Formats: sequence, structure tokens, C-alpha cells
Amino acid sequence: MTQDIYVIIEHLQGNILDISYVMLAAAKELSVTTGGNVTAVLLGENCKELSSNFNADTVLYIEHKSLAHFTSDAYQNTLTDLIEKENPRVVLFGNTSIGSDIAGVISARLGLPLINSCKKFENGKYISQICGGKINVEGDLPEPTALITMLPGGYKLENGKTDKPPEIINYDPPSLDNLNVMFIKYLEPETSDVDITQQKILVSVGRGIQTEDNLDLAIELAKILGGTVCASRPVVDQGWLPISRMVGKSGKNVKPKLYFALGISGAPEHIEGIMDSETIIAINTDPSAPIFDIATYGAEVDLLDLTELLIEKIEAG
Amino acid sequence: MTTSALEELSITESFYESLFEVEEGERIRTCLQCATCSGVCPFGYLMEYPPGKMISMMRANLFDKVLDSESVWMCISCYACTEVCPKKIPLTPGLMTRVKEELLLAGNIPSELQSALEFSQRYGNPLGESPKKRADWIRGVTPPIPLMKEIARPVDILWFVGDYPSYHPRIQQTSRAFANILNALDIDFGILGREESSDGDSQRLAGEKGLFEILAEKNGKVFENYQFNEIVTTDPHAYNAIKNEYPKLGISYPVRHYSEFLFERLEQIKPLLVNEVNAKVAYHDPCYLGRVNGIYDPPRELIKAIPGIDLVEMSHNRETSLCCGGGGGGMWLDGYQWERAHVRLSEWRVREAVSSGAEILAVACPYEPPRFEDAAKMVQGASTLNIKDVIELLAVSIGE
Amino acid sequence: MNIVVIEKLVPDLVEELEISDTGTSLDMEWLRLIINEFDDHALEQAILIKESSDAHITVISPQFEGVDDILFTAISKGADRVIKLAGDFENDLNSHALARTLSNIVKEINPDLVLTGVQANNDLDGSVGPLLSEYLGIPYVGYVAGVSIENENVKVRKEYPGGLGAEMLVTMPALLGIQAAESPPRYVAISKIRQAMKTAEIVEMDVSDLDTSGGPPVNRMYLPESGERATMIEGDEEQVAARLIEIFKELDVL
Repeated sequence: MTQDIYVIIEHLQGNILDISYVMLAAAKELSVTTGGNVTAVLLGENCKELSSNFNADTVLYIEHKSLAHFTSDAYQNTLTDLIEKENPRVVLFGNTSIGSDIAGVISARLGLPLINSCKKFENGKYISQICGGKINVEGDLPEPTALITMLPGGYKLENGKTDKPPEIINYDPPSLDNLNVMFIKYLEPETSDVDITQQKILVSVGRGIQTEDNLDLAIELAKILGGTVCASRPVVDQGWLPISRMVGKSGKNVKPKLYFALGISGAPEHIEGIMDSETIIAINTDPSAPIFDIATYGAEVDLLDLTELLIEKIEAG
Repeated sequence: MTTSALEELSITESFYESLFEVEEGERIRTCLQCATCSGVCPFGYLMEYPPGKMISMMRANLFDKVLDSESVWMCISCYACTEVCPKKIPLTPGLMTRVKEELLLAGNIPSELQSALEFSQRYGNPLGESPKKRADWIRGVTPPIPLMKEIARPVDILWFVGDYPSYHPRIQQTSRAFANILNALDIDFGILGREESSDGDSQRLAGEKGLFEILAEKNGKVFENYQFNEIVTTDPHAYNAIKNEYPKLGISYPVRHYSEFLFERLEQIKPLLVNEVNAKVAYHDPCYLGRVNGIYDPPRELIKAIPGIDLVEMSHNRETSLCCGGGGGGMWLDGYQWERAHVRLSEWRVREAVSSGAEILAVACPYEPPRFEDAAKMVQGASTLNIKDVIELLAVSIGE
Repeated sequence: MNIVVIEKLVPDLVEELEISDTGTSLDMEWLRLIINEFDDHALEQAILIKESSDAHITVISPQFEGVDDILFTAISKGADRVIKLAGDFENDLNSHALARTLSNIVKEINPDLVLTGVQANNDLDGSVGPLLSEYLGIPYVGYVAGVSIENENVKVRKEYPGGLGAEMLVTMPALLGIQAAESPPRYVAISKIRQAMKTAEIVEMDVSDLDTSGGPPVNRMYLPESGERATMIEGDEEQVAARLIEIFKELDVL
């Protein structure tokens, strides 16, 4: 068994997903306590060069045509084989559509402990968040190999990047016959709508907006501030805004100058998408809403009344 | 007859027959098709099947088409139709509510309403607030408001507070004002606090009979634990439920709306009204106090007793009062209705208040202040219109 | 087509959460439990499949406060059989233990499709779905927001960030972690649920001797420190609006 920390890199359509850099940053910091190397594990086909800015000691590159596009069982089989052979101390997965599809299966297959929704490490202990971000859990890293899924937000992306490309080692995949999940095609999002990731000013609405027509207020406010409206998942689920406007885990990551959150509680899945905003202002009548932990400014007033007043006052000049 | 025609016949028939279970329901047989109901209905022009047309569809054995249509969700159970029907058919409880019940059974309801109903079932209030916080509004009120569980003794009056008066910040003001009045009159009262559940009346009118029964039963059990002479409520919907519907479930208690209760004590109140309120006041008759329960004068007498007030009437008043749009589930169909109407009934009413020259629009139902205050922001000339519950006017006149 | 839906009850976040005296778990006494929202979607997806083709749905849920309610609700929505895993799960039930217990029962049923929510708010040791799929030896795809049956396979839409999706074809039997059903969970009238309570039966399976291992080591659970909390703007809407406009000007937004 080694003290190495493996980071399972996530990529789609030729792009490395941000969570990978969060995990690399986490691994670097954790390795100071555990000792051992940080090894980025990159699965795919013809994508070795994607690893050039990984802040890792080594890259294990595993290539196979069945790994060209993520499918759960191809990744599960490959990684089970790798972990069984190499016995790392810790394996980091993203708490994502990719990582969560494989971590649990590997845990059950190899009988290894699994820790979910980890935000960060402190003194070699994991700190996970459960119950919508309302509860923190701290514990030791179990032995022999701890499988951990990570949430974004605990580490800066830049700390996972480097300008010195790490050493790449080619690793052989196991035989990947008899796979049960077949990738057919990507389903592109509708691109006709505005790209909220490019917007500097965002007015975001959550469940607190209550009804579809209250949305008009948010839209008006966004307009006079020179920005755009976006939303958390519940609002998009209702069909009040298209999915292209969704911010958070299953939506987009935004980096605006101002993120004005109306009636958003701040569940981790949403916070994920707004961590890189410059200024976050949150309006929510619930003083214990987790969003106040990351917002710059906050107020516990009625968001509809406030929005109307803002529109009124700004228009009055 | 074809098989489908036979099936249609039985849907219409079985629905038709279920209408007779409602009090005076058989009167539906005597409908003249005069269309007065459809004409007076505030949203009748937007319904595919306003009340009168529903009846004609029934008579033509085409009722399944009515059940396929969603337009009944434009109905706010304001009783305008019931009030004007020359044949006294109980259109609101006997027809509109029944149709909503059918649609609900089929799972066919707007999502806003779905949330309100699910919250009512889970948290005992349609707002989705924690039941533990139902009495949070009494914090800091002096003298402290007695909680029945804590004082553990009989009281004269059990004050049934209600959902919006407990949780909604604007209406909590009215609740505190009422506590002041009760104390000024030395009334021995108590509230249920966390033990209180939604009265269930609006949920019932929105078609959820089963939910209403669960809520009523819950309240009934709590009532049984305590001793009091009568129930007084600041909410006409709770008043309607406890007075007219709860007894059908075997839960029978004397109950009055605050306006009747205070009117009875008018001679005691008059000397306490020391501060003048110099304003023209128009009183809005809430549907469930006025049309449904015939209480028109007590609130007016209370207002007139306040020195300085000039009481004016709006063009629609008493039996013809215009609904604020909140009752019978309307609070939770707001988005749905707005999408189709692009006008709110509350705005219509506020416009009327403005044309009557009123400076204050006085109300007596918890749904009204937020609805009218929102509307006042949208209506030209209404920016200076104040919305106050009669309780608040009395409390101001009585002073601290 | 034989479908199994796994549902569980999780802490309702409307209420304040409290830590138990041991400091390592949630205080279950005052906890209000609610059906895991994603499991509700899983059931809805199963019902949608049943509505478009012939299917038999079995819903299984471990015994927590309120389990009877959610099982009768499942019946009134269209489930055919409901099973309660009876036992005293005092300090919650970790996903590994639940998955292990479920695997024996589900193996007996031998379904074509197992649906469950992709995640739950108290999954400290991961979600049930992937674990159960491995104990059953069937493939798993999670974050599914669209399901259609194609002969012996099931076609799914898997959600990726940013509105991107991927179409995958999975051989059956398979286990899917549902993110969203094709339409939101339907409303069911209380009278229907009460009706189900009178006519339907919940099958009870005793699992009190289950293997509870699998949870991660916990030193402590705690509510996050406010620490770098937001600077709160005091006052009513008027005052807040005025201050916000100042801030907007400072930020060069206005």
C-alpha cells in the first residue's frame, strides 16, 4: 500500500471539468499530511495532452477506445483494476455525474470505505457537508484505501494548475469487453439563449420567487442593472426558465462581478456554481440560509417588495 | 347508443348525482340558464365553462368535456354567482368546488396549488413554514400572549389565529394589534400556538376535501383538550370553516368573527377610542364574512365609532363586493390566473377604492392586506392609499 | 416489465437540525422526515413507464417515521406492491447497509429495471443506487433525466453540467439513479391516499438483523460556524434598497 493520492480526472468533449482542478488542489494539500504523491488518473482516448496543466506529481494515462467517452462501467472496470493493483491511500472522485457514477460501485466491488460530499481536508481529516449544507461532518480517513467524492468550493482552481507539465506514465487498461453501457451521442444544450457564464451581472432567482409571474420583476431588475436573469434548479424544473439559465451542479458555473440572489437558500449544489463570483448579495427571509455563509452582503427582507423598491428607486434616478 | 356515448352518460350522471349531496344541491335541476352567474363571475369571461355553461354541458351529457378543461381553476370561490342565482343554486360549494374535486382526483392541478396543498398536509399551513414556528410572532409582545398549553386553565375566549396571521409578516402586525385590543378590553383569552393547524377552508374550496377533513380533525382534537366559552377568529375563512363546516364532522363550537365580537362590546370600546383617525375610509366586505355569512354592519359600526373617520362606500359593496382574488385557493392560483387574465382582481378593487375618494381601504380578512398593498403599487393614483385591517384602525385609535 | 423503486425518508430541511448528545449523529427525536425528493421523481418515472407500456411496480422503503404514508401514496399513484423493511434503525441507516439488505430482496423479485433517486441529503457514505447495482451485479447509470425502453435495453438521457446531456443505451436488468422524471411528481388527492390505506396492504419484511457496517468514521457532526458570514444589511425594505443602491454604485454597476 502506498500513501499516494489518486485524483480521477473528469473531462467532457475535450475539456477538463473544473472539479478536476479542485481535486488536484485538495490532493496537493492533503499529501502534505499523508505524505505520498499526487497522481492524476486520466482515462480516455487520444487526450494525453489534456494533462499538461495538472498540478500533480504523476499522471497515469489509461487509453482505450471504450474510454473515449465516459460510460460508467468502462470507467468502473478500469479503475477497479487500477486501485486493486496499486492500493493508493486515497482516491478522489468528483461528486458529479461522472464521479458519483463510479465511486459507489468501486466501493461495493472492492469492499473499500466511501466518504461522500467532502468539502475539504483539515489536518488529515475529511470535512463533508450533508443535509443541504446545514451539517458538517468531520472524521479520520479510513484505511486501507479511502474513496472520497468531492464537492467544489473548498479549494481554488488555480492551486490545481501548474505551468510545468507533470510526468505521464502509460498504464494498461484491463480488457474492456462485455460492457453494458453504450455511449450513443451528446445532447447539446440549446445555444440560442444568452450565455450566462459570460455575463457580468446576474440576478438569480430561487424557490423564494414563488410564482412564475414574479419572475418579471427579476427580469426587469436585471435589465436596468444591465445584466441577465438566471436561476437555481427548482425554478428551471418548473419550466419558468430554460435550462440554459440554470446555475449550479447540474447547470453552469458563473463568474459575474455581481451575483444578486433572490430567494435562494444556498444548497451546496447551487453554491458550486457561484463560488467564483466577485460579489454575492443574498436576499432571503430565512436567517439560517446557507447562502449567507458565502455572500458578501445579505438582507432578510421580502424579496418581492425589495425588488419593486429597487426598480422604483433606480428608475427615479 | 355507441359505447362511448354510454360512458359519457355515466360520467355526467354520476357527477350530477353527487351534486345532490351538497346542501340544497337538487336546486341545480331548476337552473333557468339565465347566465347571470356567468355574467357576474369576475373571471367568467376567461373560463371555457363558466358556471351556467357547466350546467348546460351537464344537461347535454357532455360533462366529461368540462372535466377535461382546466378553466375551473380561474374560479376563486367568491360566491358572487351563488349570491345572484335566482334559483338559489349553491353554485360555489355545490358545483365549482365539486368540479375542482374531480380534477384534483385526476391529479390535474396547477403546480402552485399543488405545493400549497402538499405544505398544508405536511406542515399544517400552506406557506411551507415549520409548524414549530407558528407562535413565533408572539415573541416580544407585551403583555405576553397566553398559550393554552402553558397556562393550562380555562379561558373565556379561544382566539383561533390562522395561517397568514401567524406566519405572514404583514398580517402578524394585525395579530399584534388584535392582542392589544383584547388586553384593552380585559378579555381572558388564549391561543393554541403550535398546536393550531390550518382551518382548511381554502383547501376545501380548492377541491381537497380529504385534506380539509384531516386538518379539521386535528384542530378538533386540540379543541377537546381545552375549556373555553367560545372561539373568536380574525380570519373569515376560519370563521366559515368552524361555523359551517366543522359541525358536519362532529366538531361543534360557538364561534364568532372579531367584528361581531367587538361590535357586541361597542359601548365598552367607544370610550377607549381616544385618538382621532382623520381619513376617508372605504370598507371592503370580505367574501366569506359578507356574502357567505351575512355580516355587513358590525365592521362598519366599528369603523364609524372611531373619531375622525368618514366612512364611504365603494360602488360594489355588501352583497356585490368584489373579491380580492385570494379566497378559495385563489392565493395559490395567483400565477396561474395572472398568466391567463393579466389583471388581478385586487387591482380592480383598489381602483374602485381610489375612485371612491378613500384614503384608507379597510379590510377584515388576512388575505387582503398583502393583495391590496401589492395592487396599490400597480394602480395609478393608489400610491397614497393605505390598507388597514379594521383591527389596526381600532388599535391606533386606542393607542398603546 | 418488472420495475422496483427504492424510496427512503430523509431529514426535512425546513426544520432546524440538531446534533445528538453523542455529537456524531443527527438528533432523530425532533427530526421531521420527508420523502427524498429524487426518490419521488424515481417513482414518477416508473409510473410514466407503466402508463405507456405494461409494467408492474414494487416500491421498497426502510422503516422510518412516515414510511406507511409514502408507501400508501405510492399505491395511490399506481404502484402495485409496496414493501416496508421493518427494523429499528435508530441511528440512521447507512447506504451500504441498506443496499446490502435490499440486494437479497430485489434479487428475489428479479426486476428488469430498478429506479431510485440519484442522491439524498444524508448520503454520507454515498447513494444507495450505485452500491445496490454492484451487489445485484447489474449496470448503473446516474443523473438520468429521461428514460425510454427499447426492447431489451433502456435508453437514458444522462445529465452533465451546463445543460449538456448524453444519450446512453444500457442493457437490462439495470439500475438508474434518477435526477428528474420526465414530468414533475404528480399530485394525489388525500382522499385517494386514505382510500389506499383502507384497501391496500403493506408487505413487511423483517431486516432487524442486518449488517450495519459501511458508514464512514465520524469524529463529530456540527453546524457550520458562521465565520465569514455575509455583512447583513439591517432595516426594512426601504432601508435595504437604499443601501443596496449605494453598494451597486460602489461596485460600478450603476
